[in-house]
This record gives sequence, C-alpha cells and structure tokens, in this order.
Amino acid sequence: MTVARFWRKIPHRYNLIGTHCTTCGEYYFPPRQMCPTCRRDGKIESYQFEGKGEVITYAVIHTAAKGYANQVPYNLAIIKLDEGPSLTGQVICEPGELEIGTRVRPVFRKLGEESEKGMIYYGTKFVPE
Amino acid sequence: MKVGIVSYGVYIPRYRIKLEDIAAVWGADAASIKKGLKVNEKSVPGLDEDAITIAVEAARSAVRRGNIDTSRVGAIYTGSESHPYAVKPTSTIVAAAIGAEPVLTAADYEFACKAGTAAIQTCMGLVVSGMIDIGVAIGADVSQGAPGDALEYTAAAGGAAYVIGSSDLAAIIEDTYSFTTDTPDFWRREGMLYPEHGGRFTGDPGYFKHVIAAAKGLMEKIGSKPSDYDHAVFHQPNGKFPERAAGMLGFSFEQIKTGMVVPMLGNTYSGSCMIGLAAILDQAKEGDRIFMTAFGSGAGSDAFSITVTDKIEDIRNGAPKVQELLADPIYLDYANYAKHKGKIRV
Repeated sequence: MTVARFWRKIPHRYNLIGTHCTTCGEYYFPPRQMCPTCRRDGKIESYQFEGKGEVITYAVIHTAAKGYANQVPYNLAIIKLDEGPSLTGQVICEPGELEIGTRVRPVFRKLGEESEKGMIYYGTKFVPE
Repeated sequence: MKVGIVSYGVYIPRYRIKLEDIAAVWGADAASIKKGLKVNEKSVPGLDEDAITIAVEAARSAVRRGNIDTSRVGAIYTGSESHPYAVKPTSTIVAAAIGAEPVLTAADYEFACKAGTAAIQTCMGLVVSGMIDIGVAIGADVSQGAPGDALEYTAAAGGAAYVIGSSDLAAIIEDTYSFTTDTPDFWRREGMLYPEHGGRFTGDPGYFKHVIAAAKGLMEKIGSKPSDYDHAVFHQPNGKFPERAAGMLGFSFEQIKTGMVVPMLGNTYSGSCMIGLAAILDQAKEGDRIFMTAFGSGAGSDAFSITVTDKIEDIRNGAPKVQELLADPIYLDYANYAKHKGKIRV
C-alpha cells in the first residue's frame, strides 16, 4: 500500500468515520459520497461509528498472508455495526471464544506494516465486549 | 490559576508472564528473584500492540472518563522509550485517533521512565501560561530487556494518559519540583534493540539520589511533610526500590500500598508512576493528598503534590480502573512471550 493511500484512509481506519444519509437515514461504511437510494435527493453527512456490533460470520485463519504469519491462528470476522453497515475486521481473542452473534467493541491496534523499514499501519480491530 | 488533572486513563495489555517462567529458561532461582524484586508477574504486549497503540488506548480512556471535548486539546506530549518510529511522532497518531487534530502542538518525549511526568509538567506550564486550554500528557511503553538480563524480569507494557487543565479538576496539582543530573545509569544507543545499564549503579547514584532529592525538594518548597499525605507513589522499577525510598523519606507502607502496582504489572517505564497514580485516583476521596515522585534514568526525578477534589466522583467510573485492567490476564509461556516481544525474528 502506498503511503498516500493509507494516509487518505486514516479517518476511516482510526475512528470508523463513515457517512450517513439524512434523507433516508441509511449509514455507510466505508463512506459513500452519494446515497444509492436517494441519489440526488440524498443529503450525506460525515458520521463516526461507535464501533460496537455483532459478529455475522468469521473464519479462523491458519494460513496467513505475508506479514501475518506470526499471528496465526487469528479470527477474521464480518461485523455488523449497530448502525447497520458491515465490515471485515480482526477479532482479538482465542478462536474458541468467538461465535456468530458475539458482541464486539473496537480497539486501536497495529494492522500491519509496509516492511521493517516502512510505515506502520494502525487502525481498528475488535475484541469481544 | 489552579492547574491539575481533568481526567485520566490507563491501558494495560491482557497478557502476562510469571517470573517463574522467565527464571526457568535462564536457570535462575525464581523464588530468590521474586523475593528480591518483589514482583510476581509482568504484562506483555499483544502481537499487534506497541507504545503507540497503548498511548492511544490510554488517551481514549481518559477522553471517555472525563467526557472531554477533544477540540479543546491544545497539546499532546507522549513520553516513551519505545516509540515505534525513531522519526515520526507518536503524538500525532494519538491526536488523530482521539480527534484532536489539527490545531494543537505535539511532540514526543524520551527520558527513560519519567518522560510521561515531564509531559505532565509541560502541559501544566502551557495551561498556566494561557497558551492552551487543556493538554494531554501520556507515558506509554513496551519496555525492553535483553534475553537473560536482569531487566527481563520486570520490563513490562502499559501506559497512562492525563488530561491537564485549569477547570473541572478531579485533582489539583499544587506544585511540582524536578531534580536532574547527568548520571549514566541506563541507556540504549541508536539502533540497538536492548538497553544497557550499570547494574547496582542504577540504585544509589541513580534512583535513590534523584527520588529522595526531588521529593525532599518539593516538600521543602511547599512546606509539607510525609504525614500530610494520604497516598504516595514512587517510580516502580521493582517492588523493593519504592518501598525503600518511601521509608527513607518517612512514608509508611500504608501510604504507598494503593499505588503499588508493580508486583502484578512489572515496570511499565514511562507508564509506571502514572499508572500507580491512576490506581490511587481510582480509590481516592475528596480532600486526599497524594505525593508522587517519578524517576527516569539518565537521570532525573519529577515530584508532584496533588489534592483530590469532589469532581473525582463524577469521572471515576467513566473508564476501566487499574485493578480491573489487571484482572483476568492471559498467561504466556516463555516461548510465546518471546514471540510477542519480537525476540523471535521471522
């Protein structure tokens, strides 16, 4: 990931900044600049998600992508935030502690790094509530 | 103008290692080490935790506890000797993560174990001078100890953040006093993974000389004496040093026991004294007086005289308390501890 690409996403990764359409009430994460339902009638505002939600489904990763080998086994989950949108994130706990329906809250963690010399990517992961 | 603590927050990783498990690897006598250090276990960072994530979690906890409007924050200083970047501030990442950007000043501090209290003093000065409304002072570390070195038994992970301001004070900082000399008792050279230290030299010429001088200096300056204080907290590189310093100054064990977190936490370096103070604030009553003296190798001590106000009751339950963060740990064996600390390089 280029430095600029990560930098542009800092508000979303650190603080779960998404958007909200005040016309229809829908919430979006990642943020949408136009409401797909209301189109031109939609009024989009910035919205910070609290980050609490529920695990819809998850996988326990045993064969990791490059850079994550020292973390296996780890949990990758789809989390439905309380406001509605779903996102993919790591849930920090023993694999046996996680179930579909587990309530989670956000924590600030290292998401990865470009290389030993490169920049460190920080952002949001989740832990059971 | 009064200046003091508007809010505070602490973060301690969930992982621990017992000293027995470290001693077993190096063929050392665990019982004698535990007795000598008065430490039973220490905290270990998660695989995805470092001084930045700890600083952010502590700062967010302080913001939640005090329901702080982060647009008021005019300064963030983070003290650590384990900043993940040699060049690139920890404090700017904290600023972004708590929503304090962009109109503020920020910098990172390094002064071994007292960089966090130096940050408190800086924020006090900026508040009193009127340059800022409120500031955030953080001490956070994932401290390092070389495999097999004496430091490995205590070098722990954790941090605390204090919101310093002049109104809605949960505790008033009556005064502060510092004592600083060029004493090479402990250091880490640029690019080196682990610090070096002067062994026993870190005791009398380092810790005790500076802690005693700063503590006595502050009490003389403001005309107070140990019996005036309900609680005292001293830097906790182990359990033995703060107990001895307290005794030398005339404080009782009763006065230091509430803030004595090192037996179950280890030495969190820049976080040490500040987490001890938080453990006291978690329980203190209106009117309680607290005496705090931090120590950083290299060397220097910052002493503080603090009085708790009735506002403490309003904020105390807004974030996890130190004893709650120490509860329910996940214990690691030495191999997993080594992996968590990056001692196994893949």
